[in-house]
Amino acid sequence: MSIIVVLIIIGIVVAGGFLGGFIWAVKSGQYDDTYSPAVRMLFDDTTTPDIPTEKKSSKKTTNKTDNSIETNK
Amino acid sequence: MGQSCVHCGEDCGKNPVIYNEKPFCCHGCKTVFQILNEKELDQYYRIQPMSGIKVENTDIGDKYDYLDNEEILEQLLDFSDGGVSKINLFIPGIHCASCIWLLENLHTLNEGVVHSFVNFPKKTLSITFRNDEVSLRQIVELLASIHYVPEITLDQLDKKEGKNYEKDLLLKIGVAGFSLLNVMLYNFPEYLPGGDLLEDLFIKVFGWMSFILALPVVFYSASDYYMSAFKALKHKMVNIDIPITLGIFTLFVQSSYDIISGNGIGYLDSLVGLVFFLLIGKWYQGRTYQALSFERDYKSYFPVAVTKIVEEKTISIPIKNLNVNDRIIIRNQELIPADAKLLKGNANIDYSFVTGESMPINKKEGEIIFAGGRQVGSSIEMEVIKTVEQSYLTQLWNQDTNKKDTSTRLNSLINKISEYFTVIILLIGFSAGIYWLIYDSTLAIYAFTSVLIIACPCALALTVPFTFGSTLRAFGRNGFYLKNVDIIEHLYKINNIVFDKTGTLTINSKVKTRFIGSELTLNEQRIIKSVCAHSSHPLSVAIFNSIDIDDLIEIDDFKEIPSLGISAIVEGKKVNIGSRKFVSGKNETETKATNVFVFIDDKILGHYTLGNIYREGLQEVIHGFAKDKKLYLLSGDNDSERKNLEKYFGTETTMLFNQSPTDKKEFIKKIKEDKNNHVLMIGDGLNDAGALMESEVGLTVADDIFSFSPACEGIIESSKFGKLYNFINFSKISMRVVRASFVISFLYNLIGLFFAVQGILSPIIAAILMPVSSISVVAFATFSINYFSKRKI
Repeated sequence: MSIIVVLIIIGIVVAGGFLGGFIWAVKSGQYDDTYSPAVRMLFDDTTTPDIPTEKKSSKKTTNKTDNSIETNK
Repeated sequence: MGQSCVHCGEDCGKNPVIYNEKPFCCHGCKTVFQILNEKELDQYYRIQPMSGIKVENTDIGDKYDYLDNEEILEQLLDFSDGGVSKINLFIPGIHCASCIWLLENLHTLNEGVVHSFVNFPKKTLSITFRNDEVSLRQIVELLASIHYVPEITLDQLDKKEGKNYEKDLLLKIGVAGFSLLNVMLYNFPEYLPGGDLLEDLFIKVFGWMSFILALPVVFYSASDYYMSAFKALKHKMVNIDIPITLGIFTLFVQSSYDIISGNGIGYLDSLVGLVFFLLIGKWYQGRTYQALSFERDYKSYFPVAVTKIVEEKTISIPIKNLNVNDRIIIRNQELIPADAKLLKGNANIDYSFVTGESMPINKKEGEIIFAGGRQVGSSIEMEVIKTVEQSYLTQLWNQDTNKKDTSTRLNSLINKISEYFTVIILLIGFSAGIYWLIYDSTLAIYAFTSVLIIACPCALALTVPFTFGSTLRAFGRNGFYLKNVDIIEHLYKINNIVFDKTGTLTINSKVKTRFIGSELTLNEQRIIKSVCAHSSHPLSVAIFNSIDIDDLIEIDDFKEIPSLGISAIVEGKKVNIGSRKFVSGKNETETKATNVFVFIDDKILGHYTLGNIYREGLQEVIHGFAKDKKLYLLSGDNDSERKNLEKYFGTETTMLFNQSPTDKKEFIKKIKEDKNNHVLMIGDGLNDAGALMESEVGLTVADDIFSFSPACEGIIESSKFGKLYNFINFSKISMRVVRASFVISFLYNLIGLFFAVQGILSPIIAAILMPVSSISVVAFATFSINYFSKRKI
């Protein structure tokens, strides 16, 4: 039966870990905005700040084709 | 109907602006599209099509000059160090996924931006940028150019980061939830058949574990309740938190005694559950609208800076540095920050912020212009005669700021019930104790504590948060936003309603035009429209919009004479449009309505009469309210609309015209003298601010809920005005649901007391009764509100 004591201790440690995680999440502001992260993860990373200029022009064409595919859908 | 604008989705009309074979409603929208297209940010339109914002006035000019001022900059920036600065900007235009995407890709539009991050519910954008590459002014101008105009106001300058209440509450809930799950686990074996056969060791271990886990709940999670109870006692009042505190302490002391003495494992699961549920209730009712501001004072409207003339040079200074006798320049569309005398220029002051009336008023040199007006037209030069704090409007605004003291709040139903509740519970507890003292003294203390434990008004305390919290949400879904849940109970009590006219009952941006005189031919109409097209005066715009002709004709020699009218030569004919004096040379007659006379070639054709357009649904709203409430109408205008208003209000209603802001406020004060009168004020502009504050509940009608509203208790979207009666009436349903929930929770209390007074309240009964009562009350309250809100709003 003393195994129960061990289980209880394991149980509380695991739960404590989750509590710690929750406190961290709250403190780091993850509950401040519950809408935008859900949207943000769906964005493509096509525009990055440091694309060299030559690439930009070639990108433009690909982007445009993307666009047409999108509208065809 | 024409095509929809690719940028903002609005109807393009018959002559859309075409760019890249795509239709746009205006050049502003086209420009934004162009900018985004050049920078390969056209994904913006794919995330959410036609998500752009339409902005009427795209002329930025040197509006943001003041952002170059070091002192202002320092106050605005959150942080600035090592060439990198951070700022938080409030952008009311943020509304969809595309906005987030575009604003977070700001670095593509300007290399100096390091990082930008949107907080959607708060509608703020936090930007980190490199000082040597881009200035704040450039960033703000960039945002304005893509129609995300940030709102920078005076009250942001002295921002105080209050304690983050919501985060605090979440932490408390987290701790309570953690303890609850574990404590329940330890107490559960007790409740099973054969639980009493449990080994002593386990009872001890479980008991002590529960005790340790309950400590943070009792001393941290529940601490707000003790504070509130203590405060109430200090003011010699009883609120719901007193019986709660009493219950928590009794539970804790009784359980600790049981555990320490080895008698059992106590009621700690009930205790922790109770705190957890209460905190959830608190969290539910506290989740209000973060982006809306109900506590605005004059600082929210006034610009941050003003242009001052010093030795014939202009500099931008913060408004608080403005002194009497300073000379300032007010440009087109700028707000006058302090009462001032007009020195030079042609002042056309639009007081729509103040009075709700959008027709500009012409002022002559030497006249004193009150703060709050907006200049329309060319720049004017003024001399400040009073500082910002001492100006007429700010004075009015700042009067008795400590209005609506807590005394009215403490009259609420829940506190009244708590008063009786606490007394009755204590009486029952003592009588049970005394009874057992006589018959079986070992049970006396136990019976007493049992009563306090089981009577702990958990379900009762959850009723209001969940009923009103759900009501608040139902209102919010329908375009009616309340400051907090307490307002609902105040709405229920309302029996006097005071309406403002301009901007509240009438639609500001639209006027009804009617032509009086000989019927105009098609060509005459075309001429009038063509001439009006050249003027931006609201009257010209109104006439322009009222004529439904597409092909305009060329005009020559267009002249606009301020406060008189406009003239031009069309097809060789002289055209004058404007005031009677301007057109006919005769003096103005004593008319109260706004008239615009038309003169073409050699004769006066007649005049346009401009009247108010009333909001849709006004009839139903007034009709609904008139049944059981007393209505009043206060207007700052003259009584030219009286006849029209009587159609809605009937002839019995008190209607007062030419009311100054102070008059309005005094009027409400007078109604309030009778203690049985509860006043609801419905207004829109700054001129109602005093009245809104003075009334028990002040509601603001707003076209754009995020941008403009005086301090108030609630904001209603102007398009939802027709539902106002339903909203106010729904507060009655909410109160009925609250009462029904009270009855349910009292029933549970009776069952509990039945066991408690007999001294046979076992932990298992408490452990079942408490969550069951709480959950059933919460479920009843939420479901019934949601059910009724779908039918009655």
